[in-house]
Amino acid sequence: MPTVNFSAVLPEIVLLCGASAVLLVDLFVSDTRRHVSFWMTQVVLAIAAWASLATMQPLPGTAFSGMVADDMLADTLKFMSCVAVSLALFYSRSYCGARGLFRGETFVLTLFALLGMMVMIAAGSFVTLYLGLELLALCLYAMVAMYRTSNAASEAAMKYFVLGALASGILLYGMSMIYGATGSLDIATVARALAAERGNRTILLFGLVFVVSGIAFKLGAVPYHMWVPDVYDGAPTAMTLLIGTAPKLAAFAFMLRLLGVALGGLWFDWQGMLIILALLSMVFGNVVAIAQTNIKRMLAYSSIANMGFLLMGFLAANPNGYSAAMFYAIAYVLTSLASFGMIMLLSRDGFEADRIEDFKGLNQRSPWWAFMMLLVMFSLAGIPPTVGFYAKFTVIQAAVDAGFVWLAVVAVMASLVGAFYYLRVVKVMYFDNATDTEPIEARTDNRALLSANGLALLVFGILPQPLLGLCVVALAHSGLL
Amino acid sequence: MVDSLTSTTMPYLSLAIWVPIVTGLAVLAVGSDRDAGTARRIALIGAIVGLLVTLPLWQHFDPATTDMQFVERADWIPRFDIHYLLGVDGISMLFVILNSLMTLVVIWSAWEVIQVRVAQYMAAFLIQSGLINGAFVALDGILFYTFFEAMLIPMYLIIGIWGGPNRVYAAVKFFLYTLLGSLLMLVALIYLYNVSETFSILEWYRVPLALDVQVLLFIAFFLSFAVKVPMWPVHTWLPDAHPEAPTGGSVILAAITLKIGAYGFVRFILPIVPDASHYLSGFVIALSLIAIVYIGFVALMQADMKRLIAYSSIAHMGFVTLGFFLFSQLGMEGGLVQMISHGFISAAMFLCVGVMYDRMHTHRIADYGGVVNTMPRFAAFMMFFSMANAGLPATSGFVGEFMVILASVKVNFWLGFTAATIMILGAAYTLWMYKRVIYGAIANDGVKALTDLNRREFWMLASVAALVLWMGVWPKPFIDVMHASVANLLAHVANSKL
Repeated sequence: MPTVNFSAVLPEIVLLCGASAVLLVDLFVSDTRRHVSFWMTQVVLAIAAWASLATMQPLPGTAFSGMVADDMLADTLKFMSCVAVSLALFYSRSYCGARGLFRGETFVLTLFALLGMMVMIAAGSFVTLYLGLELLALCLYAMVAMYRTSNAASEAAMKYFVLGALASGILLYGMSMIYGATGSLDIATVARALAAERGNRTILLFGLVFVVSGIAFKLGAVPYHMWVPDVYDGAPTAMTLLIGTAPKLAAFAFMLRLLGVALGGLWFDWQGMLIILALLSMVFGNVVAIAQTNIKRMLAYSSIANMGFLLMGFLAANPNGYSAAMFYAIAYVLTSLASFGMIMLLSRDGFEADRIEDFKGLNQRSPWWAFMMLLVMFSLAGIPPTVGFYAKFTVIQAAVDAGFVWLAVVAVMASLVGAFYYLRVVKVMYFDNATDTEPIEARTDNRALLSANGLALLVFGILPQPLLGLCVVALAHSGLL
Repeated sequence: MVDSLTSTTMPYLSLAIWVPIVTGLAVLAVGSDRDAGTARRIALIGAIVGLLVTLPLWQHFDPATTDMQFVERADWIPRFDIHYLLGVDGISMLFVILNSLMTLVVIWSAWEVIQVRVAQYMAAFLIQSGLINGAFVALDGILFYTFFEAMLIPMYLIIGIWGGPNRVYAAVKFFLYTLLGSLLMLVALIYLYNVSETFSILEWYRVPLALDVQVLLFIAFFLSFAVKVPMWPVHTWLPDAHPEAPTGGSVILAAITLKIGAYGFVRFILPIVPDASHYLSGFVIALSLIAIVYIGFVALMQADMKRLIAYSSIAHMGFVTLGFFLFSQLGMEGGLVQMISHGFISAAMFLCVGVMYDRMHTHRIADYGGVVNTMPRFAAFMMFFSMANAGLPATSGFVGEFMVILASVKVNFWLGFTAATIMILGAAYTLWMYKRVIYGAIANDGVKALTDLNRREFWMLASVAALVLWMGVWPKPFIDVMHASVANLLAHVANSKL
């Protein structure tokens, strides 16, 4: 008897209907009144966020014959993705306006991308996982390419598309092997088959290698990171913001459901692979970031390094490690939002504040925004009292707990290297004299939200318990482990 | 051997942490560059109140008990069993007061000297003061770490914004060096949590650990605190940081921040890994002696006053670590007394250099000469502090050094003999500098045009001089306070955890 449970996918339904409505309404909206579509999008996001919370329930369940998982983890991450996307749209409003990107297509594609993330987050089967992933990826390719007048953006879109398609192919190939070995695409069934030690081990491991490679591609972990700097740099900052934030939450859920749950029986095998990925990402990302003069490229390498840290938490392969990785993903998204929000705040019509030296003397121009950027940088560097410290703390604790003290030592040495380039941004803001004397202008809502975002880094750094607790509770009530 | 906790009603320790931080934020919020006067006044009030709330600690301190006193405890991060756990014993209490006092001195010393971004300058020192107090009173590993790391941020900005020409290099070096050590300590703290299921430092005193584990933990903690102290050979950030830092930055760096490194030895290393401490004591003593002798010679050759005092600080802190690793009551107390005394004297020396720097905008020795002719009152103060730095009896500098030398002679005569060379070397580099700067004929027109101390500078130096004299003549109140706690600490150190 197939079970259909519409409340499990209520946020997705809201998004789908909302996106279609925005698409239709936008046809009849003139360019000067484009803010109608913008606010409509925000309303859709708010309803979707509310729906995620409203349908939250303590016991895990499934819907659509197991295709969709309905658990607290999904609802929590869906809610956070909505918030992240909503903030991203607020931050990029003026930026997009000045570059002809404040268009209905941007909003619709953003909503569809979010829909893809939600499908990934709540996937109960390999098919839904893959569908969500592709929906997300296709929207992002299009959004990068939408800035047609920029050569860099077109190039970035091409690279992103080609490499992304390759990664999807690899992932799908891996999934097909696991299907061949276990005879099922359902996550719970695959997990049971592995627990019963059914299936040809060689084929399973072969499939696992492809799956891990595909995940590493999507996360941007070394050695599958080549697309990250070019896409971050080439894409308009508004799109970089979308690529670099909420999808990381979806990627975490994706990894958890695929590796942690479905292939949990092979944890010993994927642990070794993840150690290599984590190690290379942390070291390579942090070292190469030093040489960057473009802040978007620097943040791209920083994101590679951060994904290494996330993997370090995840590879503990126990609930402690998963909740650490989840907290890391949330903290990273929060910090990342503010970092790109700051870049767009300083950007103007015809001026991209994407070089590190564009931040020169920010303390003289505006002590408040310099302080916000200071919080972002120290959070990325993992210095208390910012949320980034507890993110690093939890993953290191998970690694040490799992017996990888040496990995933790390498990780802290890598973050020492990382501190160097984050400090350089603080240095140009505080120690150098301003060369740019244009006043910093931004909409009030943008200012208020970006300030709240920056202060949240400090508040969650001083009182991290609510977020830490949330991660533990969400995982515990999801019955995944 | 029971480390039970006694509580009080007034949260003095929280006040010591949060009064400066909150006033610092208020200064930031209220003071702008145009209205520097308001910023100065709020900062001064904050520093005075910050000092006043720490005085009851000494007044109500019970020197007879080995327990932690003025304990405050609240849940902070239950996910990892992290608590907001504060308390002081005879070892840490005096440093809280010393730090609050020095913050007042620094705010005062910057009164009309700092003219750019006054509010941010004052706020940075106040916030840093609260964070430093937090590090001294935290009894939870992560709470300590939070304060320990967070205090890097204000100092980084202080050196970088108000510093000298090479300030960026100095600030980054300072930050990264200290971070290197503390990150390894973080791994050690997490390891201890995983074996003991708690972040309470006092609980860790009782956790049994195998020797190889102890040695690794020792290395992690040691790197962190040795950089901070700083010990040879990880000292090189200090002589770079001092000349670039503004006067206030140098004062806090020398008087307080270095002490946190030494404090880490007695709060973490000795009681948590006692066997490794005994096992590696020869190593630490060797490093301390190198700091005393070799760095003493290095100091002799410095052409810059602030660099010279920086090297002198390293040598004097070598005495502190030497005293700690003799594992005797006398040596330990000598080390602690030396820490407090060095807090006064190094602060005073940097204030003296600051007084000259404000007039001449240089701290190269060669740019001075014959200052006594134009600044006689200043020369008298500087003479007094130089003598104290050289360890003259009846100044605080003598007490700690004498106790440590005595303790080392009891262990081994040649050890004491080598340590005692600080008396000669210290006198040589300090007094030679004094001679070149203060005596002789007037060197140039700059010196000729110098004006003597103004009233603010006079009272500032006079108050520190009074403290140096007090501690030199009557050190008993200081030592009485630490007696029981040091004995308790030594009991922990003597107790094998294998």
